Amino acid sequence: MTMSSTELTPTHPHTSHVTRIRAHAAWELKLLLRNGEQLLLMFIVPVGLLLALGLTNLSTNTINSAVPTVFAVSIIATCFTSLAIGTGFERRSGALRYLGTTPLTRFDLLAGKIIATATLTLMSSTAIGITGVFLGWSPELPGIPLAIVVAILAIAAWTSWAMVIAGLFRAEAVLAIANGLFLVFIMFGGVIIASSHMPASVANVIDLLPSAALANGLRSCLEFGSLPLIPILVLALWASAGIYVARRTFKWEP
Amino acid sequence: MAAVEISQLVVRYGEKIAVNGLDFVAHEGEITALLGPNGAGKTSTIEVACGLRSASSGLVQLFEQHPQAPQVRSQMGVMLQTGGLYPTARPLEWLTYLAKLYPHPNDPATLLAQVGIDPSIRTQTRRLSGGEQQRVKLAAALLPRPTLLFLDEPTAGLDALARRNLLDLLRQQRDDGVAIVLTTHLLADVEDLADSITLLSQGRVAMTGTLAELTGTQDAISFGGPKELNLSDLTSALPDGYIAHEAQLGKYVVTGKPTPEIMSIITTWCSAQGVMATELGVGNKTLEQLLIDTSNEVAQ
Repeated sequence: MTMSSTELTPTHPHTSHVTRIRAHAAWELKLLLRNGEQLLLMFIVPVGLLLALGLTNLSTNTINSAVPTVFAVSIIATCFTSLAIGTGFERRSGALRYLGTTPLTRFDLLAGKIIATATLTLMSSTAIGITGVFLGWSPELPGIPLAIVVAILAIAAWTSWAMVIAGLFRAEAVLAIANGLFLVFIMFGGVIIASSHMPASVANVIDLLPSAALANGLRSCLEFGSLPLIPILVLALWASAGIYVARRTFKWEP
Repeated sequence: MAAVEISQLVVRYGEKIAVNGLDFVAHEGEITALLGPNGAGKTSTIEVACGLRSASSGLVQLFEQHPQAPQVRSQMGVMLQTGGLYPTARPLEWLTYLAKLYPHPNDPATLLAQVGIDPSIRTQTRRLSGGEQQRVKLAAALLPRPTLLFLDEPTAGLDALARRNLLDLLRQQRDDGVAIVLTTHLLADVEDLADSITLLSQGRVAMTGTLAELTGTQDAISFGGPKELNLSDLTSALPDGYIAHEAQLGKYVVTGKPTPEIMSIITTWCSAQGVMATELGVGNKTLEQLLIDTSNEVAQ
């Protein structure tokens, strides 16, 4: 264990936010892509769900409704459940604590995770979309750019709240909370059962959840080609609040 | 130039005060050891200095800047006692990622080879032995070409050869002008390395100085032997100004400047008495004894 002399630089410049965020996003993506559970949640489950629907010989109308629902499930699974659990265990291992001593800031960490998760979501959505088209999905083309806006806001909202939970609780608690909330949001949060099928008094509350806003927003864009103004507003508020709370509360320490 | 300047640092955890008005300085080109019994405030002090924790009050500056300033973090290497590795990553890919966060990093593969880890190893860091994990952590700490190193228990888990190599490496870093702040329970490391020692007790500095200053090396020789020896002949044999006394049962101290002649007088006297002198050395206290005394004072 010999070591050459350390070359002291007279002034130590530092890397830019862009460089650090890019490095962290690439690192996250690399780790996520070789995680078997992650791949299962991102690709196998949603694509399998769509194929199962296809095999039941559903009508085009049902597929047009099912694909946005599967998009929503995939986004919540990737950006919230997986991310929160993964980050919780990163905290427990002390890896994040160490990063807290490097030039990486909380903002860099959060931005890197959002970018990596967004990239994964794009890959997952591509697989879902291709499978959907194969099964007869015919989305409203003018609604696709709007759906991308909805997806971006949803990614920011779910990712930031995943970081809030991962930063506040022990890894085992994060595992339980993230999985529990995932099931609650999917089953009762306006995703599998659309809020339009619920009593008005209940639907008014459910529509304020990020899960219902995401599912309703995607259905509105892709199924009907209309602008989902209220879901966009709801997601923007959840994203702003999530980023604010995550930046204030996230702890590097286990 | 002072690399680390801490003034009147207070760290509270709720009602508990972990650090209570601590002053500490570490200079470039020096190895400064931070010692103390458990709960003395070492870890809290290091965590604040690394920017991992905020101070309740007081001033902490690294190179005259805030610990969380990007310029500071870009020239600071840290080796934590727990954490510091990404469990499912391989050593080279972890270091390659970290290198991208620094403006002028060392080459990760070269660094790993230099600390004795094969860069091509495909084992995840969580499956490495304790000693191997320590080496990867050390390589990560050296990655930024640091001018300031914080090392928490750096030799824990290392075998004798690896420990010796690490100590050589740290001396070399010190000689290159790096400021090193070291906390450890292995006092032999401190005796081997430290230019300056700060002993903490109950969140405050109990004493600070060089090893010689703290152990009284400049003005005493100590040795062990059977208890209650008659020292009058020894005192008579010593030059004027030297006094021999039994500091504790079986522990003897000769106060006065240590010289080869005085050593010779002591060993000759022991030989004449048929006494086998043990632990013969300069100083009236060992570092271990100092630490034990400090712990006892805390307990009382």
